[in-house]
Amino acid sequence: MSERYETLAARIEERFGEQVRRVPSSCSELTFETDKDHLIEVATALRNEADFGFEMLMDVCGVDYLNYGSDEWATNEATGTGFSRGVERGPVILDEADEFDARRFAVVYHLLSLQHNMRMRLRVFTGTGNPPIVKSVVDIWNGANWFEREAFDLYGILFDGHPDLRRILTDYGFIGHPFRKDFPISGNVEVHYDDEEARVVYRPVSIEPRTLVPRVIRDDNRYSADLKDANDG
Amino acid sequence: MAEIQSYTMNFGPQHPAAHGVLRLVLEIEGEVIQKADPHVGLLHRATEKLAESKPFNQSIGYMDRLDYVSMMSNEHAYVMAIEKLLGVQVPERAQYIRVMFDEITRILNHLMWLGAHGLDIGAMTMFLYCFREREDLMDTYEAVSGTRMHATYYRPGGVYRDLPETMPKYQESKFRSKKELEQMNAAREGSLLDFIESFTERFPGCVDEYETLLTDNRIWKQRTVNIGVVSPERAMQLGFSGPMLRGSGVEWDLRKKQPYEVYDRMDFDIPVGRNGDCYDRYLVRVEELRQSNRIIKQCIDWLRDNPGPVIADDHKVVPPTRVEMKDDMESLIHHFKLFTEGYCVPEGEAYAAVEHPKGEFGIYIVSDGANKPYRLKIRAPGFAHLSAMSEMVEGHMLADVVAVIGTQDIVFGEVDR
Repeated sequence: MSERYETLAARIEERFGEQVRRVPSSCSELTFETDKDHLIEVATALRNEADFGFEMLMDVCGVDYLNYGSDEWATNEATGTGFSRGVERGPVILDEADEFDARRFAVVYHLLSLQHNMRMRLRVFTGTGNPPIVKSVVDIWNGANWFEREAFDLYGILFDGHPDLRRILTDYGFIGHPFRKDFPISGNVEVHYDDEEARVVYRPVSIEPRTLVPRVIRDDNRYSADLKDANDG
Repeated sequence: MAEIQSYTMNFGPQHPAAHGVLRLVLEIEGEVIQKADPHVGLLHRATEKLAESKPFNQSIGYMDRLDYVSMMSNEHAYVMAIEKLLGVQVPERAQYIRVMFDEITRILNHLMWLGAHGLDIGAMTMFLYCFREREDLMDTYEAVSGTRMHATYYRPGGVYRDLPETMPKYQESKFRSKKELEQMNAAREGSLLDFIESFTERFPGCVDEYETLLTDNRIWKQRTVNIGVVSPERAMQLGFSGPMLRGSGVEWDLRKKQPYEVYDRMDFDIPVGRNGDCYDRYLVRVEELRQSNRIIKQCIDWLRDNPGPVIADDHKVVPPTRVEMKDDMESLIHHFKLFTEGYCVPEGEAYAAVEHPKGEFGIYIVSDGANKPYRLKIRAPGFAHLSAMSEMVEGHMLADVVAVIGTQDIVFGEVDR
């Protein structure tokens, strides 16, 4: 991490104190986490105060941490069975739960400062409530409008104060939030042309889900922090 | 006097000036736009979700299909994000090749934009002229990767293979005379670098040609000057990048400000507009054509003198060559593991951005240490630009909507992802 970024990180920590927590990074990027109650205050300061000057919001995206760090095929020793590519189709999952894990949904903001030529990332977890909800930053950065609509569409995260929170990428009348980790990759419905009704209709999806390459996590000592040389990107 | 009633009009999604599948719902009073509501997502393929279910390398091909007129630039951001997480060093020669092809891609993109934008607002000739030059650049794609568009040429650690020593030639056919054939193959006798060099020598003349048709053309100016004006403050507020930001007079180019690969060794200028209207953005992009040409020339000179490896020598990430694989057990194992399982990327998150022809194209990867990305987010410049559509067309005439769509350089592959 370069000196300029360390200075910026120190300034942010000094200015916001308890409101932000720094997240360590393996590739010299500056990430801070903040609570959703402090989001607007922190974001406004980051944009308006001369020390920070993050006048551009490059990206807003949702992240679903449901199966973070879990693999589909643990092979610590030799196995005689192999990996079955077929996947059993579960029922359609609509999140009826009252509460989520507090660290399930996050909204990630990528900020850019043109005057200081710096980037940083701000992450907010949405907490336990269902539906997940955070304050909208559209008033601070107008460019957030569509990015927040996208996060709403794909993850079902609500943005309080957004002027026009509609679906954006999915079809008119789409049900569910497709980028959630519990939403099947082949979807729930497919369209086809019905001869009798003489129109296009929806029906339950007929393709069978498959896992072509299982998700595996390997321990690799080359990447462990104590063995790696100090990396000053 | 009769009362003018405001009404709602639907534009697209199947409309030649919508540059793909854009549906615009326009509120119009007379012929003046009150509000525009773009409906996007008709080309949504959930690229990001698909990438989450595949090993890292298998998604490179998807990147080509995002902004399908600047394929290699998309790949570039994606492989850069992976390299950032892996900590892989890219050989110098590969960096030069990448810079060269990024600039070839920029010319490809801007030619497509110039042709289509011209066609939209009444300059039919441009389309034909631009496609003539595009064809040569497509051939360089083909020579290096085997395909004209979806190259999958950049790989984490470098590029797939070195530049070829020969160029594919036109074949004899009964529709071409011998003389014609010789003419067409004249630049193709040498290596790929010779072919690109002959292009760079010819190309500034072509740009002059485009400019004689448009720059001082009265009709062109009537359609573009003072249309879709964006102030620098608004451009920043709305998250604009690339020529859209520079057209408004903000001097910001990642190639200069946050140089990646070998851009810090390149000599080139950043054109900046003054008024932030469609005409200024046109001038900016045309000048970028010339600057890209300069960069390509510098890369050719370096690449001629400096042979070397084009991909990292790390078989945990980069597959060994076929020859090695056939007679070395270790290489065979690496090969097998890489093509069945892929490689695991250490836990962490990275955001890599390139100065894509359309603006800042960023890839944000969250990895939990698996062989597939946990979350991949594509920051498409066109998405931010299109979100400002309503603001840009308000108060303009219906015909100017087409000029604004053109000037935003919208491609739905990346907007809808």
